[in-house]
Amino acid sequence: MKTLVISLKIFLFFTILTGIIYPLLVTGITQVILPSKANGSLIIRGGKKVGSELIGQQFNSPLYFSSRPSAVSYNPLPSGGSNFGLTNMKLKKIADSCEKQFIAFNQLDSRTEIPSEMIFASASGLDPHISPGAALLQVDRITEARRFNAIQKQKLVQCIKVLTEPPQFLCLGEERINVLLLNLATDQIK
Amino acid sequence: MTTQDVIQVILYFALLIGLTPILGNYMFKVFSGQKHFMLPVLGWLEKLTYKITGVDSGEETNWKSYTFGLIMFSFIGFVFVYLIQVFQAHLPLNPANLPNVSWHSAFNTSVSFMTNTNWQGYAGETTLSYFVQMIGLTVQNFVSAAAGIAVLLALIRGIARKTTDKLGNFWVDLTRSTLYLLLPLSILFALVLVGQGVVQNFKHYETVQTLQGAQQVIPMGPAASQIAIKQLGTNGGGFFNANSAHPFENPTPFSNFLEMLAILLIPAALTFTYGKMVGSKRQGWTIFSAMLILLIAGLSISLYAEYSTNPIFGHFHLMEGKETRFGITNSILWATATTSASNGSVNAMHDSLSPIAGMIAMVNLMLGEIIFGGVGSGLYGMVIFIIITVFIAGLMVGRTPEYLGKKIEAFEVQMAIIAILLPNLVIQLFSAWASVSNVGLSSLNNAGPHGFSEILYAYSSAAGNNGSAFAGLNANTVFYNLTIGIGMLIGRFGVIIPVMAIAGSMVKKKITPLSAGTFRTDNGLFIGLLIAVILIVGGLTHFPALALGPVVEHLLMNSGITF
Repeated sequence: MKTLVISLKIFLFFTILTGIIYPLLVTGITQVILPSKANGSLIIRGGKKVGSELIGQQFNSPLYFSSRPSAVSYNPLPSGGSNFGLTNMKLKKIADSCEKQFIAFNQLDSRTEIPSEMIFASASGLDPHISPGAALLQVDRITEARRFNAIQKQKLVQCIKVLTEPPQFLCLGEERINVLLLNLATDQIK
Repeated sequence: MTTQDVIQVILYFALLIGLTPILGNYMFKVFSGQKHFMLPVLGWLEKLTYKITGVDSGEETNWKSYTFGLIMFSFIGFVFVYLIQVFQAHLPLNPANLPNVSWHSAFNTSVSFMTNTNWQGYAGETTLSYFVQMIGLTVQNFVSAAAGIAVLLALIRGIARKTTDKLGNFWVDLTRSTLYLLLPLSILFALVLVGQGVVQNFKHYETVQTLQGAQQVIPMGPAASQIAIKQLGTNGGGFFNANSAHPFENPTPFSNFLEMLAILLIPAALTFTYGKMVGSKRQGWTIFSAMLILLIAGLSISLYAEYSTNPIFGHFHLMEGKETRFGITNSILWATATTSASNGSVNAMHDSLSPIAGMIAMVNLMLGEIIFGGVGSGLYGMVIFIIITVFIAGLMVGRTPEYLGKKIEAFEVQMAIIAILLPNLVIQLFSAWASVSNVGLSSLNNAGPHGFSEILYAYSSAAGNNGSAFAGLNANTVFYNLTIGIGMLIGRFGVIIPVMAIAGSMVKKKITPLSAGTFRTDNGLFIGLLIAVILIVGGLTHFPALALGPVVEHLLMNSGITF
């Protein structure tokens, strides 16, 4: 009986401490010093929220750089991957069709090596990045769709260079480019 | 693999080894009641805890009372988390208006978080309110980890003390672990995570209009505070469905590196604490070495498998279920760390790993989560294997086995065998049941041997209190919620109770002084023996099952066969 009473009291005490005070403390501090990040790194253009820098969006228009295939079509409710094993026939079919589609959509030579993130779905289904190589393969198609001249095309390639993020602190993670930021920059090219 | 990949892996292990004595020494001071630098900052809170709750911090108890306190405390946590889930719709902090959770899912989830497993049959962003995540799950993340440390401390005292029956005070151990270790580290870590972009708010889900004109609803919530403790406390339960693959849980390579480090930080440092508490740092480093060797061996095999080509996908790197910012090396390093420790968070989908990398993850689970393992639970699980090793070595040379001066007798060996057998029974029996019943098979996402692997992984994860999954398996059914729930209970308490019984028996014994005839447990020979025993006992138990799943899948994949 004594154990039960102490258990209850300790449980209540820790619920208040770690379940209420701790998250509120972290929320309070971060809302003051890092409000934008704590609230989802939202991007606002012309007074409207156009997305989060961290959450990928579906891009299939010829005017935009395509994002990776996604098992949830970039709908974050809920996030997730395909969970297909490598010997799953469906995975093979989807990967093959993504490869063909990417080649046809960007009018590439059929022998072009496609970066593998463009044929395989991400883990979260919300991956905001692709590799810079995958972006460069799409430049000609976007130039044509947007009727860009040579100077504008140069600017487009420049955008890719500027927005490419190197591995963090030179050694962590992979070289990558944020597709949403890249497409926002593309829209700015005049 | 590139040079940069290798540098990341080396950096990871260098930091892990470097931080082990620092944090280990701090924990030694905290747990043995010595002065430490957090005492002036938080000492008042410890005193306040005892005052409010009526705990007599000077009182010590025997193994039965200690265990009873732990079980009672866990049970209350289970009931509370269960109730707030099934009444979630009537409770505050539910901006997405999520409905009440089903009884079987609520049962599974409350067992899961109470046992430090954090298996998730549900998707966080579409199932649980901020209230449940925060007041229910975050709390269990803390206290289930602290309870694991408490059991380890009782076992250490059982080894280090002599001719008494007192193993310490459960409430004091629980309180100190939480206040001086988990809470300060979590606050610090949560702030760094928000700095990298992890969300921390109580806002409504944001609706945005995408560049192409579609609507996208972006979930929000107090994620950083939960992610910090789920990594540090080897819990692993994600705030969002995609866990640490979700850009809001793990936005950058740096956040990824820190979250990976947090997985193994405390379990690794506890080996040092162990060494100091039993009076020989060498003993701690011996255990650390055995764990590190097993971890690196698993990592190497997995990396080799992932970077190998196969006839199905040819030259393509296997990026299915992986994030661009992490790439393959970081995904595999994480997968190895999270399954070795009983963490279970993921930054890549294990279901889509190559068969051999998936098998290594499974083997890590099946060995009983002792390669660093869970906070506290990894090390007490390892001590079980040490007891078996010492016993076998004793049989070979024909002497009464001893460990750190304590005689290992029939009772200790019996308890150790129970602690090893029970989780293994869960894996074998439930997997067999699920793979021959319609309720089991109808949840599969993959056909062929990979489908069997999904089942085997689920019960290995439950029995090892890991919580990661081959997530294609739809486990949110009555059958899986109940069997996995029972599996987690056996995996937790089926080990804790025998471990506490061993502690209770060892603490009564005398300590025999070292002599020339003592079998040493702090040298290379012992590391080799220990690893051999772990692989033979733990690994061979499951070899037939593994042969039916990942092994045959690997062979079929190399023949280009799909299902």
